[in-house]
Amino acid sequence: MNMILHTHDVSRRFRNVEALKNVSLDVASGEKVALLGHNGAGKTTLFRVILGFLRAHGGSISINGHAPGSRLARRDVSYLPESVAFPKMLTGREIVSFYAKLKSAGAGQVESALEKVDLADAADRRCGEYSKGMRQRLGLAQAIVGEPRLMLLDEPTSGLDPISRQRFYSLIDDVAGRGTAVLLSSHGLSELELKTDRVAILRKGELVANGSLAELQSSANLPIRIRVRSNSDDVESVHKRFGGERVNGESVVFDCARPDKMERLSAISQLGTAVSDVDISSPSLDEVYRYYSRDDAEGGDEA
Amino acid sequence: MSAILAIAQTEIRIGIRNRWVLLASIILLVFALLLALLGSAPSGATKADGLSVVVASLSTLSVYLVPLIALLLSFDAIAGEIDRGTLQLTLATPVSRGQVLFGKFCGHVIVLSLAVVLGYGVAGALVFAAGQNTGMDGVADLVRVIGTSLALGATFIAIGYVASASVRQTGTAAALAVAIWLFAVVLYDLALLGGLLASSDGFFAKVLFPYLLLLNPADAFRVFNMAAIDAAGASTGLAAGGNAMPFGPQLAIISPFVWMAIALGLSTAILRRVQP
Repeated sequence: MNMILHTHDVSRRFRNVEALKNVSLDVASGEKVALLGHNGAGKTTLFRVILGFLRAHGGSISINGHAPGSRLARRDVSYLPESVAFPKMLTGREIVSFYAKLKSAGAGQVESALEKVDLADAADRRCGEYSKGMRQRLGLAQAIVGEPRLMLLDEPTSGLDPISRQRFYSLIDDVAGRGTAVLLSSHGLSELELKTDRVAILRKGELVANGSLAELQSSANLPIRIRVRSNSDDVESVHKRFGGERVNGESVVFDCARPDKMERLSAISQLGTAVSDVDISSPSLDEVYRYYSRDDAEGGDEA
Repeated sequence: MSAILAIAQTEIRIGIRNRWVLLASIILLVFALLLALLGSAPSGATKADGLSVVVASLSTLSVYLVPLIALLLSFDAIAGEIDRGTLQLTLATPVSRGQVLFGKFCGHVIVLSLAVVLGYGVAGALVFAAGQNTGMDGVADLVRVIGTSLALGATFIAIGYVASASVRQTGTAAALAVAIWLFAVVLYDLALLGGLLASSDGFFAKVLFPYLLLLNPADAFRVFNMAAIDAAGASTGLAAGGNAMPFGPQLAIISPFVWMAIALGLSTAILRRVQP
């Protein structure tokens, strides 16, 4: 695969705080990677190091083969910071065409970018009048002009309503489909809605997970929760058989490790009429995320 | 090149839309007209060109107002954009940091020029039409004071960038800009006056003083303009110092340009080290 972003063993300190510790993360052309982590986990620092705003204290980075911050690298990269306030007096079109000029992109790209983010109708209004979601989309329009090879989006979906978020991901699909590598950061897994190819999780500057969602789920090895509905006569024996917790007088809920799942299910089916229903729930995305981003030292209660 | 133009154009657009140009030119116009009214009473029967008399007051006005307007225009240029997150966006594009600063400088100088030309131009036109004894000499004086005011303003715009690039918060940059203004146009002159009083005939007054005037772009501006008007016989009060200079007073106008170059170079160097 054609790697656009290549980072190897990147470290960065701020005085005595290690903001990034040996982070190695690659993003290929056309790939969408989500970077997750709590506030302060190092997501924005990683972006700023990739952009060349901050120097890495160790390791190597290349953007399409160029050094971070070099003119050639900046030609290939586009960025949307977490919070940006555009000049209120300018219209949406003026702002997008301003960045298009800085990136030497044609005027045609301005129009198509505005259309893609649904701002074509509002393009001639001053952006001081825009809603939060519209301003976020304006930032996105600015990021897609210039046909970047690598897009860095810092919390692009915060402040978007569910429909805008849906449209955002379809837009990202479209951009990635044309070969752009996309690295976007987010607070939680559930916000991603399974829309990225790969998920990387930062915890206190360390990359603690990097893989597809299915891979993360299986390597987290979180127990599956099984809920068995019985009747008031048999619930006691079911509880004895499987352990766990009794709920509502008729049901038993217990956890089961992934490899034991089938064995448990056949045991349940052997109970015959003592069981009237079975619910199986896999760990939710939030639980998987919490597992990886948990704070071992403090027990992870804050999350 | 197109990046510099785009940045300059954006600054001009913002300056016009947020009524900055309008406000600054009205302030300049009002003060200029006030001075013209006050100044016309004593000079009623002189032989000097009526417009030239007003221009003499305008050059004093410029020493105070133009640096202030220039600093207000530029203190936000870097720190404000860091605050709002737009500098990160701009610096993520292929444009160089030197281009960013130069584009902003061109834009801000044009914004200031619009305000000064409008303010002084309208004031000058009114005096020209209403005053007695006005002629082409006065117009030439007016054009000179406008031109040198722009040089002075451009200098303080560049100095404002040094303040703006040195700090990360807009508020701090604003405080720094006010401090620079206070020092350059008020405290510096007070200190010089104090020095003159202390040693009115010594080394300070005879040797150091003219060069210290030259060192401050605002004082150098005043020396240049007063000397030029002196030739026309309309100079007033304190300005007579120009004659006793060890150098031709017309050379004083070099000072703002030297400071402009220093400040632009310095602010570019600082901006190169900024981590947005």
